[in-house]
Amino acid sequence: MPFHPVILWTDALIYLLLATGIILGIYARRHEHMLASWRKVIHSASGMSALTILLCFILIGLLDTIHFRPALEQTRATGENIYSAEVLSVFDLLATPLRSQMEKTYSAPLSAHLYAKQMIITTEGEQVWDFARLTFGGAHLDDPRTELTSDIWWRSVSGAGAGLLIWAGLVLGLGSMQAKQYRTSFFRIQTAIWHGTTEVPWCAILITLAVILAMGGAVAALTTHYHVLGTDKVGQDVLYLSLKSIRTGLVIGTLTTLIMLPFALLLGIAAGYFRGWVDDVIQYVYTTLSSIPSVLLIAAAVLMMQVYIETHADLLDTTAARADLRLLFLCIILGITSWTGLCRVLRGETLKLREMEYIQAAHAFGVSHWRIITRHILPNVIHIVLITTVMDFSSLVLAEAVLSYVGVGVDPSTISFGTMINASRLEMAREPMVWWTLFAAFTFMFALVLSANLFSDAVQNAFNPHSRTLSNDSARYLKNQNETEEMASPDKNIPRT
Amino acid sequence: MTALLEINELKVQLHTGRQPVRAVDGLSLAIRPGETFALLGESGCGKSMTALSIMRLLPEAGEITHGSICLNGDELLALPESAMREVRGNRIGMIFQEPMLSLNPVMTTGAQIEEVLLQHSNLRGAAAQTRILELLRQVGIPDPARRIKEYPFQFSGGMKQRVMIAMALASKPELLIADEPTTALDVTIQAQVLDLMRNLQRQENMAILLITHDLGVVAEIAQRIAVMYAGEIIETADQESFFQSPAHPYSHKLFAALPTRKKRNQKLIVIQGNVPALSHVFTGCRFADRCDHAWEKCHKIIPPWVEISPQHRVRCHLYPEHSVEALSDIAHATTDNLPASVDAPGLDSDNLLLNVNDLKVHFPVHKGLFKRAAGYVKAVDGVSLQINHGRTLALVGESGCGKTTVGKGIMQLITVTSGSIRVQDEELSKLNRKQLLKKRTEFQIIFQDPYSSLNPRMRIIEIIKEGMQALGRYSDKLSTQKKNEHNIDTLLMQVGLPVEAKWRYPHEFSGGQRQRIAIARALAVNPQLLICDEPTSALDVSVQAQILNLLKTLQQERKLAYLLITHNIAVVDYLADEVAVMYLGRIVENGRTEEVLDAPKHPYTQALLSAVPIYEPGTQREVIRLQGEPPSPADVPQGCYFHPRCPHVMPICREIYPATSRFSATHTTYCHLYHSVSQEPQDFQ
Repeated sequence: MPFHPVILWTDALIYLLLATGIILGIYARRHEHMLASWRKVIHSASGMSALTILLCFILIGLLDTIHFRPALEQTRATGENIYSAEVLSVFDLLATPLRSQMEKTYSAPLSAHLYAKQMIITTEGEQVWDFARLTFGGAHLDDPRTELTSDIWWRSVSGAGAGLLIWAGLVLGLGSMQAKQYRTSFFRIQTAIWHGTTEVPWCAILITLAVILAMGGAVAALTTHYHVLGTDKVGQDVLYLSLKSIRTGLVIGTLTTLIMLPFALLLGIAAGYFRGWVDDVIQYVYTTLSSIPSVLLIAAAVLMMQVYIETHADLLDTTAARADLRLLFLCIILGITSWTGLCRVLRGETLKLREMEYIQAAHAFGVSHWRIITRHILPNVIHIVLITTVMDFSSLVLAEAVLSYVGVGVDPSTISFGTMINASRLEMAREPMVWWTLFAAFTFMFALVLSANLFSDAVQNAFNPHSRTLSNDSARYLKNQNETEEMASPDKNIPRT
Repeated sequence: MTALLEINELKVQLHTGRQPVRAVDGLSLAIRPGETFALLGESGCGKSMTALSIMRLLPEAGEITHGSICLNGDELLALPESAMREVRGNRIGMIFQEPMLSLNPVMTTGAQIEEVLLQHSNLRGAAAQTRILELLRQVGIPDPARRIKEYPFQFSGGMKQRVMIAMALASKPELLIADEPTTALDVTIQAQVLDLMRNLQRQENMAILLITHDLGVVAEIAQRIAVMYAGEIIETADQESFFQSPAHPYSHKLFAALPTRKKRNQKLIVIQGNVPALSHVFTGCRFADRCDHAWEKCHKIIPPWVEISPQHRVRCHLYPEHSVEALSDIAHATTDNLPASVDAPGLDSDNLLLNVNDLKVHFPVHKGLFKRAAGYVKAVDGVSLQINHGRTLALVGESGCGKTTVGKGIMQLITVTSGSIRVQDEELSKLNRKQLLKKRTEFQIIFQDPYSSLNPRMRIIEIIKEGMQALGRYSDKLSTQKKNEHNIDTLLMQVGLPVEAKWRYPHEFSGGQRQRIAIARALAVNPQLLICDEPTSALDVSVQAQILNLLKTLQQERKLAYLLITHNIAVVDYLADEVAVMYLGRIVENGRTEEVLDAPKHPYTQALLSAVPIYEPGTQREVIRLQGEPPSPADVPQGCYFHPRCPHVMPICREIYPATSRFSATHTTYCHLYHSVSQEPQDFQ
């Protein structure tokens, strides 16, 4: 086998999360009330544009999750492959030019020269104090001073053009698929899409896709010969770093929630449902926990973990596994410190729900507590869980950046927005300023968090029962009017004595 | 006489679903200065939308598409928003249904009234304060100088509604719109508020537009009446002719659907079907589909206004030609008579199903750091009741008197402080968890609000199955999947729902249908006693009639016994065999229905019954006005609990709680006005 698959801890959890997501999707398809709310999300134009961007991020994150160790060229005497100690992902494989084209040190975006002057020995053998040419960036140009701009323009325009071509293919494919589904002509579907009259806001989605594909195409065309976002201190491509950071951000944002959910759900519902001393104990626990400065707690826990890993180096065979364990541990500790908010909200909601008459009726039937919690309370608080999860995601991505900046976040070898910012911290002060690392981290994080926030807004609008009182009432009002024919005369059906 | 408010061809549309809903569709009315005009109709007929259109306060989805609204000749719909603000609260006052929600909880009542004065008058400082005091005095709030510094939570419901009225009156409006002003209040408080409105109207000579669904309230204060149905007015009349000879078949049916004692042995007349969807355009009479007298013409031609007498107009094709025979036809429309219930003589012990003795439910009030119980709210303080197989006992009382707590205490939904509850001669408190679970199949409960009593996330079949599954393990019956489903089908048919309904979710059903589902769920475990906690108070009159019919039929088929918890005397009169009247956690009078309702002995019962509005023409009654409001059950008065409000209070009432006075084998009361029997009755001890 040319490679050896590696499943890191966080990989396993992401697969688990993916499976849960798919199962929940199937569950939602079967349940009208969930389906109705999701339909509302789908109908929101800003939500769907945000989701399109988010899906691009998730795609990169997932590609970056499939890890393996490539086989080395030489084999053992027995014929077995020897696998590299370096753990790579599918994404690394796709981005091989980005990963492998290392420069010496800093270079500005789309530049053909290093950022600092140094002593160069020219072909004639004399020493010149000048900006050295890059090993890869713009190396194909004979005279960067005259050719650089036109070359960049040409490449980016053709790249964007290719991107738009793919996009046009997508539009045609979508159009014919929709036409087949609704059994109308292709042109009618196209006019519907571009006038924004389709149920799903395809127009917004397609415009977002056009922007993404055009930009992606341009960047892809440029990356083969340039460093689009420059290089960092050790000459690594900043674009590559930014793309790798996406997975870290997603892992922190989702796995933390996954870890905190059981605490919040179990304790929150238990406190609200059982009240009495259970409520007291849980309330004291979360009040105490939320009064400890969480940064200190996280710092202490992460440092302890670091020491543990260092003293037990033999347990983990690769550096990737070691960094991954630390990432997972960061998720766990963030999860443990952040469940209190959701727990409090769930407790309040459960307190309200337990007085509802349908739960009283269930008590009257002697339904067991466990059944009441799982069948009556849980389905009725799930919208809160969903809203909180999506909204927490962005704040967790930001929290990771802050923690890594402080130095208690992820392992220094893990590429993340936080480590990128941390690395560029000192460079901001030098003259001339190295601004692109920070800029890249900022732009990517901003796009990720903004789209997550916009999406969570759409989710909240669709799932929050309070934000749709009016339409709900009128639905009920309509329902009263729209009694079906067969129900028109209920009293006729009563058997008479 | 020129009209004060004139609405012409008003059309309001709600843009919520795919099709616009024509909430108000061509409504015209005129209100003269100083008169009380009642807009009567069931929920969803567009009466509140009319009120909101007059104020131009329609929700975002609403739009006035046509028509004019003139106040004293000024076209309100043409005014700019800034000028409209001058009209609202100044020339038109409005009071809403929920006094609890219409006052700002963080402002003192004085400040809230002052806000209105600042907006609409030149009164400032001391002059404004004097006016506020005057207003509060006018609406009958005692000790106004102290009360203006208090916050809404320190006021009771009736007092809050008075404050709302004071706010509406602050700038002496020409028109007062009252949207269900007493629906959230108890009968005795309702009587006070209606009285107040009547007096104020006389003093200020303002017009009132009263929006209500309650025929009783209409009979109390309205001078002219318009009946609204599906977005338009179908009949207008002055009060007298409306109550003596309602013209429209719908109005007739409304009267016929009201439960009374006379109809005890009959089924109530129900209006078949449902209000038509307001989203489509009507080509004929809106009521035609549900009308017994409809003929071809009704479905094809929209009926014009027909004048019966100068004050009485109706939109119906029956007039003027067919009126006589049709009317008599409706009046004598006989429904199926139910077999007269066998009058079981008294209570005999071997037939006893439920026996509650000296039930007490006290809720501790926790205070301080360690949450020590500082006092008790005595929600139920020594209640004894007996119900025989197949009989109905009504537990009557105002809100907060503890009647719902009694029901929940019997259901073991809350912890009982003391007292015994015996079902089929088995003491519930002595049963362990498992035995109690088995026992639960014998008694079940139906709740008031059909919108919150069904889990919105479960399908009907799951809702009904739940009880069967929870209790089925302990019953002897074989509960296979198939048999269960068959049982559910039978049940749904029994409560008058189609079998397919089991695959749907609760939100797809109307209020009345949901209540049927709740009944089916309770019946699924085959109980003998059903505790009905205000089963119809959230429903419209015509739907209420359906549910009452259902309860009555089920009682005969299944020999069910009911504990009917209600504040609606008419329902009691129709359904109950015995009545127990509760006040502040204790029963003050009980006996057979006719004994208690015809010859009430306790002053509270007398006052309660007299406060119930009567809609039957020609009957006059003396309303006993009760002073004040019921005291808090956390701080009950010494002696007889009723003495602070009692018109016949004697010194002894303030000292000792009265003993039992007995008038017949079944009729007893607790009052010092009557001779007490020295020893407790021995019938069932």
